Amino acid sequence: MPKITYITHDNNTHTIDVQNGLTVMEGAVQNDIPGIDADCGGGMACATCHVYVKEEWLDKLPTKDDGEEDMLDMAFEPKQNSRLSCQLIVSDELDGLVVNIPSEQS
Amino acid sequence: MNKKDVLIIGAGPTGLFCAHQLGIIGLSCEIVDNLDKAGGQCIELYPDKPIYDIPAIPECTGEELTNNLLQQIKPFNIKFHLNERVEQLKKIDNRWHVRTSGNKEFDVASIVIAGGVGSFEPRKFPVKDCEKFEGNSLFYSIKDKKIFKNKAISIFGGGDTALDWAIELSNTSTVNLIHRRDGFSGVESSVQKVKELNDQGKLNLYTKYQIDSFLGENKIDSVKIKHDEGEIKEIKTDYVLGFFGLIMQLGPILDWGLNINKKKIEVNTENFETNIDGIFAIGDICSYSGKLKLILSGFHEGALAARGCFKYAKPDEKLRFEFSTTSKAAQERLGIKK
Repeated sequence: MPKITYITHDNNTHTIDVQNGLTVMEGAVQNDIPGIDADCGGGMACATCHVYVKEEWLDKLPTKDDGEEDMLDMAFEPKQNSRLSCQLIVSDELDGLVVNIPSEQS
Repeated sequence: MNKKDVLIIGAGPTGLFCAHQLGIIGLSCEIVDNLDKAGGQCIELYPDKPIYDIPAIPECTGEELTNNLLQQIKPFNIKFHLNERVEQLKKIDNRWHVRTSGNKEFDVASIVIAGGVGSFEPRKFPVKDCEKFEGNSLFYSIKDKKIFKNKAISIFGGGDTALDWAIELSNTSTVNLIHRRDGFSGVESSVQKVKELNDQGKLNLYTKYQIDSFLGENKIDSVKIKHDEGEIKEIKTDYVLGFFGLIMQLGPILDWGLNINKKKIEVNTENFETNIDGIFAIGDICSYSGKLKLILSGFHEGALAARGCFKYAKPDEKLRFEFSTTSKAAQERLGIKK
């Protein structure tokens, strides 16, 4: 199973096995990793599953569609490497992905 | 004081259908919602986006669903209290007394919380201590646009609200529009208009900039904005407007003594009552084993919660199960003439 590493704002590292097909958001929510709210439940309709992706992974992720970029406008302190974790579907290619969780989601 | 059988908190699809179910079994209710219109997330987050999983409706938008639900509850003449957030809850002689942010009071036998993920509130600047400017030189919505006349205004955001106000205020004020990227989420015609105004010098557009800090003692005198590459600019400004959309917050409901787990209210699946007698929770806000965050699940939960409300509203009567197709009483309540 691919391993995804979530680094929370207080620098705690959580490395979790996440099943292929789940999203990075679901991996966090199902494993009680703090800091991912996912208010809308994965519908790209809020910006509360916002994460910062480690630079070396940026090119390996599926590109953002317009809706995601629009929602990131609403995120707390968006940066160049911001993504909505509900739009990142876990697969073998993402094995080892590292994301940082922002200090707040709203 | 509004005296009714039930108060519904939240005018999203789940709350609206619960009102229908209450009406059909002969209970009265009123609905409170913090937004300025009914529809909840359907209207606020995705009015134009299609929904494909409402039973017997192959496809509809959030707006159509809301309008149909409103049409369906029309016979019950339900009173809506919009732009109101519930604040205080008290139990007096087996009845619940609720007060809202606008000081409206309700006296009800039971309460149905259909609050989604919480009430919608404006998303604020992520800058420390900026609350002190809120209401005097920092705003998240516009109530009186006259105060901006001949002033310098810095607008942050890239959606329709930011673009529309930038265009409108550029007629009478010096407008700076600041957005974190080159693309905008607002409609293309507004984006073009803003770019035109910028080219004509009637508006100053700063893209790839975000807020760094606010300067000023009691009022904002200027803002510092920071470019993606790190460069910082200081802009003189009298007012700052932030339009970053809305977030959802549970708010005062958190303090009501309900069992809350991960921002969700725990309920039983028999009638969706919470740990407090007479308070029910349905839709996205409730949690139980097997919960699905679907609108259709909210409808089911609302139908059962409505029946759960009956014993509190009419303790001496027994509720008999009836079909709307054949129930004379239900049809009378729906105003159907034969």
